[in-house]
Amino acid sequence: MSTLTTAAYLVSSVLFILSLRGLSHPSTARRGNFLGILGMTIAIVTTLSNPGVLSYKEIGIAFLIGGLIGTSIAVKIQMTALPQLVAAFHSLVGLAAVFVAASAYYNPSAFNIGTVGSIPIGSLIEMSIGTAIGAVTFTGSIIAFGKLQGFVSGNPLVFKGQHFINLLLGLGIIALIVKFCIDQNQELFWLIVFASFVIGVLLIVPIGGADMPVIVSMLNSYSGWAAAGIGFTLSNNLLIITGALVGSSGAILSYIMCKGMNRSFLNVLLGGFGGEQAASAGGVKDDRQAKQGNAADAAFMMKNSKTIIIVPGYGMAVAQAQHALREMGDLLKAAGAEVRYAIHPVAGRMPGHMNVLLAEANVPYDEVLELDEINRDFSETDVAFVIGANDVTNPAAKTDKTSAIYGMPILDVENAGQVFFVKRGMASGYAGVQNELFFRDNTLMLFGDAKKVCEDIIKGLEN
Amino acid sequence: MSEISNQLENLSFKAQQIANEASQLASSVAETSGGHSDFIIFGITVLVLACFVGYYVVWSVTPALHSPLMGVTNAISSVIIVGALLAAGPVDSDISKYFGLVAVTLAAVNIFGGFVVTNRMLSMFKKKQ
Repeated sequence: MSTLTTAAYLVSSVLFILSLRGLSHPSTARRGNFLGILGMTIAIVTTLSNPGVLSYKEIGIAFLIGGLIGTSIAVKIQMTALPQLVAAFHSLVGLAAVFVAASAYYNPSAFNIGTVGSIPIGSLIEMSIGTAIGAVTFTGSIIAFGKLQGFVSGNPLVFKGQHFINLLLGLGIIALIVKFCIDQNQELFWLIVFASFVIGVLLIVPIGGADMPVIVSMLNSYSGWAAAGIGFTLSNNLLIITGALVGSSGAILSYIMCKGMNRSFLNVLLGGFGGEQAASAGGVKDDRQAKQGNAADAAFMMKNSKTIIIVPGYGMAVAQAQHALREMGDLLKAAGAEVRYAIHPVAGRMPGHMNVLLAEANVPYDEVLELDEINRDFSETDVAFVIGANDVTNPAAKTDKTSAIYGMPILDVENAGQVFFVKRGMASGYAGVQNELFFRDNTLMLFGDAKKVCEDIIKGLEN
Repeated sequence: MSEISNQLENLSFKAQQIANEASQLASSVAETSGGHSDFIIFGITVLVLACFVGYYVVWSVTPALHSPLMGVTNAISSVIIVGALLAAGPVDSDISKYFGLVAVTLAAVNIFGGFVVTNRMLSMFKKKQ
């Protein structure tokens, strides 16, 4: 690699770091994204000027096809479908890593790593590890995509001996890698790919839909490590640096999500949490009656309050209620109330999901606050309006040591003067735990579709 | 007779040439593989340091922008296209080239998709008027 090439790759790496740095504040974020594009352009142009790269025509066609597909998907996608889009994109990185590794195996001289059949052992190890991670990322992301999109049931799929099978497969892959590094046999290479595909599926099927934020972040991390692995094969620092950035980013996001649920990463990975199983096991039969209200009551009460905090959850995304919700907020502001939004770290199906949806509905970002910033204010708030969220408001997390969600940080909506719960029915949340709050004196349930309820309240406010 | 001896001479010359080439190849292979084992240590150094950079940079990202963060990281992880371009580069068509071209397409979907969707998300974040 010439000095100039190395220097250009270094510039790309720095631009990538700066692009992530830009995301520290919404005002610098767009510039950050632009720096990322610049870094990628430099990386691609530099690689194209490599003397070994000659087939410009074919590359141009491939690049154009990919670019058109990517752009048209990204332009059309609905913001509520972001989590599955990101999962689908991760799968492509994984698959690309597998193809690059396969190509390096069949034509090592293009990568300066010896000739067919006599690839140095170091490169073989890197190649096979990169392949395995890439393949796991591919199928794992496809399953995550299916669960988020609803192609595959969001319930955890658990069967006996599951973890034992995964362990065996994992050990099998290691054994295959060792054998491959000795023999350089092509059947072994494809066996590694196949076994990694299988383990990718098996790892994700037992994990429930609402744990997907952790999984999507984890797969994000994996796609980074796969890129870093290929970076070792190519002796390319740019890939290693970028891979490490992406890898640590995904790992940190998974950590934040796990902390937001007070569960260990291992507990999430082992799966089986949530879904129907947990609901039947944890849901104690309850004969108590929750107070039920209607939209007109809610409109009247909110019109006469000074401070309102809205707590959105995944239910708001499902009902596409963000626009109606913002309109309701605007009317309340016009009536003289202070309206703010409180976001729990695990609200939605991916990190920051609610923030994007509210931004889409034109809610200014300085009205949207994180748990730590706003939690103390609930006690001085007239109305807490919970829409599509459940477990993240359950006070049992603080008091009931036997509860499945004990220890999870929650939004203290109970401290507000009046609590409204917009829900479709009395069903318990993802964790399968009944929410104490439904039966409190200051709680009023508003049953119905989140969007419909918001629209009814808007009508009530306009009268 | 003289023809045969000529041919023999030619053959021995060719053998000499091949031997020379082989020894050159061997030394270059030794060089690259020797150089490569050096790179592993160097590469691990870079990896570990980059992890620290990533750690501090990512913790400074505001939670409100965690979705765009995933969009950007998803796009830049497609820097794997560097490997795909090298694989697709050679003129002669063989299987490794086609693998490379497929990888270029996949990575391009991600690069464009990732950056465009991130830009869409970020353009929606507005301050209070």
